[in-house]
Amino acid sequence: MGLSGSGKSTLLRCINRLIEPTAGNIILDGEDVATADSEKLREIRRKKMGMVFQNFALIPHRTVLDNVAYGLEIQGISKEERDVKGKEAIETVGLKGYEDSKTSQLSGGMQQRVGLARALATDPDILLMDEAFSALDPLIRSEMQDELLALEEKMQKTIVFVSHDLDEALKLGDRIMIMHDGQIAQIGTAENILTEPADDYVSKFVAGVDRTKILTAETVMKRADPVISINSSPKVALQLMREHGISSIFVVNREKHLKGIVSVDDAVSGSKAGKTIKDVMTSDVTATNPDTPLNELIPIIENSSPIAVTKDDGKLLGVIVRGSVLGALTIEEV
Amino acid sequence: MAIPKIPIGEGMEKVVNWIEDDFGILLDIFSDVTDYIISGLNDTLLLFPPIVFALIIGIAAYFIGKKDLKLAIGSTFGLLLIENMGLWVLSMETISLVLTSASLALLIAIPLGIVSAKNEFAYHVIKPLLDLMQTMPSFVYLIPAVIFFGLGNVPGLVATIVFAMPPAIRLTTLGIQQVPKELTEVADAFGSTPWQKLTKVELPTALPSIMAGVNQCIMLSLSMVVIAAMIGARGLGYQVLIGIQRVDIGQGFEAGLGIVIIAIILDRFTQHLTPK
Repeated sequence: MGLSGSGKSTLLRCINRLIEPTAGNIILDGEDVATADSEKLREIRRKKMGMVFQNFALIPHRTVLDNVAYGLEIQGISKEERDVKGKEAIETVGLKGYEDSKTSQLSGGMQQRVGLARALATDPDILLMDEAFSALDPLIRSEMQDELLALEEKMQKTIVFVSHDLDEALKLGDRIMIMHDGQIAQIGTAENILTEPADDYVSKFVAGVDRTKILTAETVMKRADPVISINSSPKVALQLMREHGISSIFVVNREKHLKGIVSVDDAVSGSKAGKTIKDVMTSDVTATNPDTPLNELIPIIENSSPIAVTKDDGKLLGVIVRGSVLGALTIEEV
Repeated sequence: MAIPKIPIGEGMEKVVNWIEDDFGILLDIFSDVTDYIISGLNDTLLLFPPIVFALIIGIAAYFIGKKDLKLAIGSTFGLLLIENMGLWVLSMETISLVLTSASLALLIAIPLGIVSAKNEFAYHVIKPLLDLMQTMPSFVYLIPAVIFFGLGNVPGLVATIVFAMPPAIRLTTLGIQQVPKELTEVADAFGSTPWQKLTKVELPTALPSIMAGVNQCIMLSLSMVVIAAMIGARGLGYQVLIGIQRVDIGQGFEAGLGIVIIAIILDRFTQHLTPK
């Protein structure tokens, strides 16, 4: 991702050599694409890489199906076979029933679905997407982004996606490379880039981002320390709370699975009555997944601090209190 | 001191004489073959009785023009009017000459247009030649044509080919150069060979422009075929020429009207064949 002129599209085109790189290597499956002869390059482009273009670039005189099947056609695959594969790809992108339409009759979003289907039809390992959603309306764009994520989940392909929209990059990218004047400013996950910008350029770049959408429970949680064993007594719980200046404590079993929470009041009355932790704790704890974005936690945390962060199997990973959320959101304003 | 005249005209004369002397056999073969094509086409056209031919063209116009009844009726009546003016045989001769010379011109022009779109060097060689061909008065082509092929249909055909080629070359080049960059990138990105890129992406995308070139080529052929009557090409042009020589307004006008009718039919047909 980068602003226009930062060299991102050029870099993308170097990968499949639509633009010849003047220096360096492109290693794909142990082979250098940069030095491949034209025969070899053609083979790589046919089998291993698919490309989706900003302005769709559909061939105007062809139907949807013939556009999608273009990559197969030039490989010399028979009409029957490429029709089958083409129809599969069209169904994958949700355009079933439009096979024989002219591309000019379709809306922008649908045209780009055709572009995507064309890239998927040859079943390449790598998808190169050059500002693929930039020409679409915001609503359609967001919809396409969701579908691309779902597709990626299902097909497990490497996608190199060029974008000038930071929100898009943060939403789609497992790893994001920020480019500036033809240089790599930073490579990292969305959280890396937001929390540890490599330089002034990156930090200015990400200054306007709505962090609550990007930061997850995992990034803002603190270590759950102390915790108390389910077999311990309310007296020990009181002791620990006093030492750490907290008003409640999580109860875990031997495997560190979250069992409940004990508040100061319950611990005091329980210890007087000589009860066990098991008796005084409440198992009604607000727990969340480590991947939950902050904007979903903010409304909850108002009423139920602290929130436990647990794995799917119930293992306690950390705790989020109101203060740590505020801290994460204001980190950049310093 | 007077600067001696540079012998440009003499030089051109030498070149023409050299071709005439050393390539005489080739010229004769070319002359025989094209003459055969023209007269063959002419004989075929004359096989149909005028009324049948007019109806066939009308029906064809109806379908090519996407159910355009006006074009269909106009074409049929136009051709019947030609028959009525007694110009049928001459018109068929003109049509044969136009179709043959336009086809040959396109056979040369479209590949040349492709080459000049693809190759920078070819472009820079072909472009000034086209400028020359288009600005040189068309009568000038008649002189070497006569020297090479004598009088008759063939020199007319050759002069016509030279005259009608430039727009077809230019529009083919333009059409291919105007194929959007993203489309040629699509062709490359999916691993097309250069030939696949040309035939599956570039030529189909450039087709409207190329067809405009075809249309121009045919129209220019028609206008040149008339002028070629001065060196013995047969057809309606010859009739116009006689009209001029005898100051026969009626005859000249009738022949001219026949040419206009043929021109309109050819123009509409090629326009409708252009994909939108």
